[in-house]
Amino acid sequence: MGIGDVYRQQFRTTFASFVQYRASIFIWTIERILEPLIYLVVWSAVARARGGDVGGFSTGQFAAYFIVMMLVTQATYTWVMYEYEYKIRHGSLSFALLRPIHPIHTDLVDNISSKLITLPLMLVAAAALVLLFKPSFSPPLWAAALFVPVLLMAFAVKFVVEWTLALSAFWTTRVSAVNQGYFVAALFLSGQMAPLSLLPHALQVAASLLPFRWMISFPVELLLGRLDMAQAMVGLAAQAAWLALGLVLLRTVWRAGVRVYSAVGA
Amino acid sequence: MRFLRLFFVFFRIGAMGELAYRANFFLQLLESAVDLGTALGGLAVVFSYTSTLGGWRPEEVAALIGVFFLVGGALRLVVQPSMEQLIENVREGTLDFMLTKPEDSQVLASIQRVEIWKITDFFLGIAVIIVALIRMGERLGALQVVEFAAALVAGGVIVYSFWIILASLSFWFVRVENILVVFQSVYEAGRWPVTLYPGWLRIGLTFLVPIAFATTVPAQALAGQMTWQTLAEAFALAAALFAASRFLWRAGTRHYSGASA
Repeated sequence: MGIGDVYRQQFRTTFASFVQYRASIFIWTIERILEPLIYLVVWSAVARARGGDVGGFSTGQFAAYFIVMMLVTQATYTWVMYEYEYKIRHGSLSFALLRPIHPIHTDLVDNISSKLITLPLMLVAAAALVLLFKPSFSPPLWAAALFVPVLLMAFAVKFVVEWTLALSAFWTTRVSAVNQGYFVAALFLSGQMAPLSLLPHALQVAASLLPFRWMISFPVELLLGRLDMAQAMVGLAAQAAWLALGLVLLRTVWRAGVRVYSAVGA
Repeated sequence: MRFLRLFFVFFRIGAMGELAYRANFFLQLLESAVDLGTALGGLAVVFSYTSTLGGWRPEEVAALIGVFFLVGGALRLVVQPSMEQLIENVREGTLDFMLTKPEDSQVLASIQRVEIWKITDFFLGIAVIIVALIRMGERLGALQVVEFAAALVAGGVIVYSFWIILASLSFWFVRVENILVVFQSVYEAGRWPVTLYPGWLRIGLTFLVPIAFATTVPAQALAGQMTWQTLAEAFALAAALFAASRFLWRAGTRHYSGASA
């Protein structure tokens, strides 16, 4: 049986179980819709207070920014950091270790299945927000073409980085502090709270040096036509570098982690 | 003040359980502080581009964030854990034990579990409010402070009643935890003045999920935007929701059969 068959079967299983337990998946979707909506409203109010423009963003461009942001967040979210805290603390990771395949494959399938299930709701929300907030949005053709690979890379980087961080649960039971620190950093540095160009310069530099910008903000900036071709290429290179580094770290940390794992709660 | 004495008893029980894990206090304090820092950081970014946001000055929005933490802290301290416990009690039939106690069952159910470390949010919220009040200085009249306190009481009653109404639905439907989770995520929208939101969302946040009265309205009193009409509405809604919660609780406990006990 090849890896393709494994994926197909896993998809069938996961999809069926998610359709059964869809309520909690949809609850998370509400949060993903609400957060960009709140910041869209706040920044629109700022733009209005300043006569229609904040650092190169009009109200219509803010609307475009946060609606695209919402869709990019949908495409890139993962919940592995919460899941592994539970799995490792309660020892249920042991079952995954018994299988002859790396657990990351199952996590990937779970993640993609949940996105497919919630996609219709997300699209409806996006359409409603487009009608309500009238975004001004005209992406250059080349940027739109490049958006898909950039978005896939963003998801890959985020998935690998968060999967690696999730493994901190092997060494400490206080993962919630790690998670919170990470999510706060992500809120500011990946452009979820405000476009990165509106943040203080030091934070912008940090966002570009760390993986945060490349995980969420970069695809949004690209599709909004705020980058030229050269900047887009630099971004892709940064994504590739973080993906490579992330994969190396993931392998190393996973091997070391499994060795210290003692299945406490099982 | 039987209610306060009862609450104190449950608080002590919660404390006795948690004092064995004192390190959790510092962890919770750290989490609350980071959360607050995030909220104030967002505020700083927004107000670096404007001096007022939809008519709100920075210290007024800071006071709003203080109220948000205060009310949220109180909810997470006692209301939320108690309601989750209640739903569990109804499902497992262990509510029987509570109904047989010689005390009002709604009161008991509402305070039965106290997660004491969540009190950090509560006190950080108060600290932020105090700092914001000092920054407002002489702009602030005594009447406004009274209005603020009154609006806070009304808002607290509204949010409490709303929670217990939702939790009481568990007498008829099995899975209501999800509704509670939805309320928690919608509560996040209360970090900013609801007056900023477009009409449909503002009405939803005022009447459908009444967080506006818990966070924005008290802060409005401090910002000097409070009208007597708003305050009257807040108290009317508080009274109506509280009466409804009382009614639903009575109907629910009558309907309850302790099936699985």
